[in-house]
Amino acid sequence: MKLADNMLVAASPANKPSGLSRRNLLAGAFVGGFMFAFQLPVRAANEPTQPPDTTEGKFAPNAFIRIDTTGKTTLVMPQVEMGQGIYTAIAMILAEELDADYAQITLQHAPPSDKLYGNPIFIIQATGGSTSVRAFWKPLRNAGATARAMLVQAAAEQWQVEPANCTASNGQVMHAASGRKLSYGELCDAAGKLTPPKDVALKDPKDFSVIGKPLKRFDTPDKVNGKTIYGIDAMVPGMTFATLAQCPVFGGKLAKVDDRAAKKIPGVRQIVVLDDLVAVVGDHMWAARSGLEALDITWDEGPNAKISSKDIWAHLRAASETDGVIAKSVGDIAKGLATGERIDASYEMPFLAHATMEPLNCTVHFKGDSCEVWTGTQIMSRVQSEAAKAAGLPIDKVTVNQHMIGGGFGRRLEPDMVVAAVRIAKQVNGPVKVVWTREEDIQHDIYRPVYRDNISATLSNGKVVGFKYKIAGSAVIARWLPPAFQKGIDIDAIDSAADQPYDFPHFQCEYVRVEPPAVPTGFWRGVGPNNNVFAIESFMDELARKAGKDPVVFRRELLGKAPRMLAALNLAAEKANWGQPLPARVGRGVSIQPTFDTSIATVVEAEIDSQGEIRLRQVNVAVDTGIAVNPDTIMAQIEGGIVFGLTAALYGDITIEKGRVQQSNFHDYRMLRIDQMPKINVHLIKSGEAPGGIGECGVIGGPPALRNAIYAATGVALRRMPIDRDAIAERKKS
Amino acid sequence: MATNLTINGEQKSFDAPDDMPLLWVLRDILGMTGTKFGCGVALCGACTVHVDGKAVRSCLLPVSAVSGRAITTIEGVGTTPVGAKVQKAWLDLEVIQCGYCQSGQIMSAAALLASTPTPDDSDIDAAMAGNICRCGTYVRVREAIKHAASERQT
Repeated sequence: MKLADNMLVAASPANKPSGLSRRNLLAGAFVGGFMFAFQLPVRAANEPTQPPDTTEGKFAPNAFIRIDTTGKTTLVMPQVEMGQGIYTAIAMILAEELDADYAQITLQHAPPSDKLYGNPIFIIQATGGSTSVRAFWKPLRNAGATARAMLVQAAAEQWQVEPANCTASNGQVMHAASGRKLSYGELCDAAGKLTPPKDVALKDPKDFSVIGKPLKRFDTPDKVNGKTIYGIDAMVPGMTFATLAQCPVFGGKLAKVDDRAAKKIPGVRQIVVLDDLVAVVGDHMWAARSGLEALDITWDEGPNAKISSKDIWAHLRAASETDGVIAKSVGDIAKGLATGERIDASYEMPFLAHATMEPLNCTVHFKGDSCEVWTGTQIMSRVQSEAAKAAGLPIDKVTVNQHMIGGGFGRRLEPDMVVAAVRIAKQVNGPVKVVWTREEDIQHDIYRPVYRDNISATLSNGKVVGFKYKIAGSAVIARWLPPAFQKGIDIDAIDSAADQPYDFPHFQCEYVRVEPPAVPTGFWRGVGPNNNVFAIESFMDELARKAGKDPVVFRRELLGKAPRMLAALNLAAEKANWGQPLPARVGRGVSIQPTFDTSIATVVEAEIDSQGEIRLRQVNVAVDTGIAVNPDTIMAQIEGGIVFGLTAALYGDITIEKGRVQQSNFHDYRMLRIDQMPKINVHLIKSGEAPGGIGECGVIGGPPALRNAIYAATGVALRRMPIDRDAIAERKKS
Repeated sequence: MATNLTINGEQKSFDAPDDMPLLWVLRDILGMTGTKFGCGVALCGACTVHVDGKAVRSCLLPVSAVSGRAITTIEGVGTTPVGAKVQKAWLDLEVIQCGYCQSGQIMSAAALLASTPTPDDSDIDAAMAGNICRCGTYVRVREAIKHAASERQT
């Protein structure tokens, strides 16, 4: 298997859609997590299969598969690769039902097209929310099986035998009775003339030969030798290089700029001045950066210049005390909260930056009547339409070249960097690569929102009677996918809160939409459940202590209706030696999460020194994600997700002063490093259930489990992230 | 005035300001984009290359400081036995996720193994703590270094 030599070659836009029929869209929307339990705007119903396409390859029965006469099998990737291994997973799913010759497979980025490559859960072409495998599981299997059926039929017609008496494997169709065989390459001309069948049979999972195997990834061989081209690596003949400064205060404008010194720097070619930013264009990034530093810029800071974190928190705390919209109600919450001993608590989460290792960048060639864009994005079609708007051109005059992504984490679910680059490129002759400095990247992110969650619960005889959970925070969905924001409820903000694995007799989940002044908010890996699982699982430990019960036992008693979660909890506890004695100031903490159709339990073991510094000792994670398409990728996603989540718990805090972000680079927006790593053991539970999501999941459980480990070790009930070292330092003995 | 450098054994000649960091020479003048920009201030290690076999951060290294020295980048490290061993270990253990930091991780690991053929955990910590991986591949980075160290020299 290999990646296409030229991954920038777009699949033919002439192709018609395949598996993305409305029927399949709705079938795809069965999943939890981003569960759209409502009618999305109806779009034209597409046929589940499509007529053969002869414009590229010889056999192109749908949007995802092309086979030529040599047998070369090109698979078009509707979702983008940003490290999560999705290219390999998608190829495995298609190859499984196609019975492709794995050695003949080449992968290609999909061009922008919601119609052909729209994510069946989001409708638009977006990679995020741990949706890829869940959304495309059936459409891709159908696409592979349909192509296979056509190849088998072509062979059967040639041999004048029944298709049912033919078999396919490894890129060949065989007729056992006569011993005849034909390769897919030999069959593609004839297969291309057939009408795709409807309702093809899919394999029984017990017959899977590719799915479930820890196969090697397609994308990694070129990543060990520097060959992979990320967006930031795009090289276009005649290009110049630019970097930019945006107003440090959110929403501010440029007042004036003195560029006399900058223009004297060798290699500086042009200063682009727009109403809210200045860019320096040069022969290389060094000239552009040096030029930028030499500018004397005066900003008109505007109305947000006085806003600080203190104001934002006062605003959020006040809003969190108002009644929310009821997202879920079980039993009678008023009655529940009137019975037994009541406990109340509030939990708070900070703003976070994404800090993808590949800083924001976008290369644009604005040619007057057309525009070409080179970037790595999680939203191909939206980037095309936003670039067209910024360029003032019709969509079909904008070409977008997709690239491998050097870290997405939700940041590249936004088109702002493309819009800025197009605006700059409109002022520049020839192609220009715009690269954000790390400082600009961190200070002009679209941040994980601040949240405040108020929880009240009652205990009677050590059991929970009532449990009320109210989330207050941004509605990212309302901005990003407006049709999905209905009845005042953000389905992401309530994700993994409204639908509880715990069997609470009286339960209510409420949501208060409150947008922070000035600061833009967006999706951040782990999304809504990061907040909800942290608050709920932290509170569960406080309840357990109040009830005088072990945290694992306390949870176990409430998981009678969630057997997969219970099994994950038991496995994680067993592997972590839960209950075995530990030294002083060492604790174990547990969390569970019903996230993205995947049941996960996490146990973190940590030591807290007298100064409040934390040493992570060990993490055990039990994962039931249903059918594991590529088990090794799933393990890797959990391992890496743990690091991502614990980094946030230990350090993640974007703060605002005078309308601007105070952090700027990795010295004050710190990352966990290899010398701080715990052992991480991931335990995958075998399952035949439909595949769950995984990319977000690993991030979520670490912070509450660490918080609970600290609670166990020190007795301090932290209710705010990141961890306050002073609060957990050893108390001076009086 | 032309600057001359030896990169991956090849002579390269180009015009660049003396204070221009090697990173931008590699990327923007020579088109060798395997070496990555991450932070610009030697905090993340994405730009790591070898100068005379030692791992250095190219984002702060003026090109004038390395003339006459042997520079190895991710594009060339595979021609050295230790570099090839590291690359193979990275694939054997499927270390990589997004891969953006991995040029730097591999360069740091190759320099470590060249000077310390059988590193222990603290050697690995010391050599690799300057390389941030946002995908969090550290568990496998450590295992892969040990795996590479255990492979017979070829």
